[in-house]
Amino acid sequence: MGAILNTYFSMLLKSLGNTMLLTLLALIFALVIGLIFALMNVGKNRVFNLIGTIYVDAVRGVPLIVLAYFIYFGIPQGMKSLGFTDFRLTALQAGVAALAMNCGAYMAEIIRAGIESVDKGQMEAARSLGLPYGTSMRRVVLPQAIRTMIPSIINQFIITLKDTSILSAIGFPELTNTGKTVASNTMALIQTWAVIALFYLVVITLLSKLAKYMERRIKRGTEEY
Amino acid sequence: MEQKNTKVHVANLKKSFGKLEVLKDISMDITEGEVVVLLGPSGSGKSTFLRCLNQLEVATDGTIIVDGFNVTDKHVDINKVRENIGMVFQHFNLFPHMSVIENIMLAPVELKKMTKDEAREKGMQLLRRVGMEAKADVYPPQLSGGQKQRVAIARALAMNPDIMLFDEPTSALDPEMVGEVLEVMKELARGGMTMVVVTHEIGFAREVANRIVFMDGGYIVEQGTPEEVLKNPKEARTIDFLNKVL
Repeated sequence: MGAILNTYFSMLLKSLGNTMLLTLLALIFALVIGLIFALMNVGKNRVFNLIGTIYVDAVRGVPLIVLAYFIYFGIPQGMKSLGFTDFRLTALQAGVAALAMNCGAYMAEIIRAGIESVDKGQMEAARSLGLPYGTSMRRVVLPQAIRTMIPSIINQFIITLKDTSILSAIGFPELTNTGKTVASNTMALIQTWAVIALFYLVVITLLSKLAKYMERRIKRGTEEY
Repeated sequence: MEQKNTKVHVANLKKSFGKLEVLKDISMDITEGEVVVLLGPSGSGKSTFLRCLNQLEVATDGTIIVDGFNVTDKHVDINKVRENIGMVFQHFNLFPHMSVIENIMLAPVELKKMTKDEAREKGMQLLRRVGMEAKADVYPPQLSGGQKQRVAIARALAMNPDIMLFDEPTSALDPEMVGEVLEVMKELARGGMTMVVVTHEIGFAREVANRIVFMDGGYIVEQGTPEEVLKNPKEARTIDFLNKVL
């Protein structure tokens, strides 16, 4: 294990950086996607409700690796057959897209549950003052919803981080993919995968601790309510 | 004598929740400066009626005209009309993530009616009026029920409404806090505010109301001055109800 760490440490660290980059980019897009579909689902517009439900159900019903293959291999071919011959998709772009779509569906459910946890009297009070729906949502409902959402969002962050390993299948040099390279170079399989596992474990443990800490802080905050 | 304006005109209002018809056929006019108290057993439709006036409940049928605006018409900008209708809720519904003064400033600032400074000044003035200026920077969870409701009244007044709706404003309060809230409401009534109040406080109704409307089963059963309705009720259902609550 020591030998692998000595030889490959900087390479592994760089790929851990790639994993984090992939996770963070996916998470940011997922929050946007999640917010849009959550708002579609909590509103009264039936068409939006339907679109939101279809998105969430469809994405949750497809394995991430299938989604990633579809985007990375399927879409460029589709675009070419439509005449866009210059269309290119890097593994990072496809990976972020697949992860963000996947994570976005779960995020939509987290945000929807957060919004629905806010007493409906809050929205009514805001509307009774003459504030439009969007303003009431932004100034009154969402700030309260976010408090209850934060632990679940960090939890989803951890899940997404682990899911990035699936994207080794489309060749993006994230941690797991680099693990494959190191393993085949050294043939020290036990040691290599133990090191890779350790890398994930350290980052995820730190994130879990952060989630617990935030949860406690929020609990303390709501006790004042 | 000066002819007072009609503030609220309700004609043949009906409201159903699914198959349950809560308001069956309500017509009522409310004139400027009038204090109308709605009485009736729970489930009689009082709160629903009140919530229809600012369209927190969308009427199923009928016409509601407030300040000259037909609020049942989908083309009318309901947000504009609501600026003129303050509402106070049974459970206060203060925004817990904002301080007392921020609660009051939110609507005037967001709707660009006032600058932040103007809204703060107006807010402090309103807080003085309800005796809460010392709590301007406190967050609602730290207030007692009576204090919350006084802040809620101040918040509802921030947009300078000329009609105030009260939906059981003292029902969620500890008994010793009812008085302070009713006192603020009396002061408002004396100032000439047009008020529609759903309450079980018969004493308040007797003292402050110009008119008492007794509702049951989605209809107006009887209405008149407090003297008429409380002392000499004509309808059996009114008599029955008053016997139970008085």
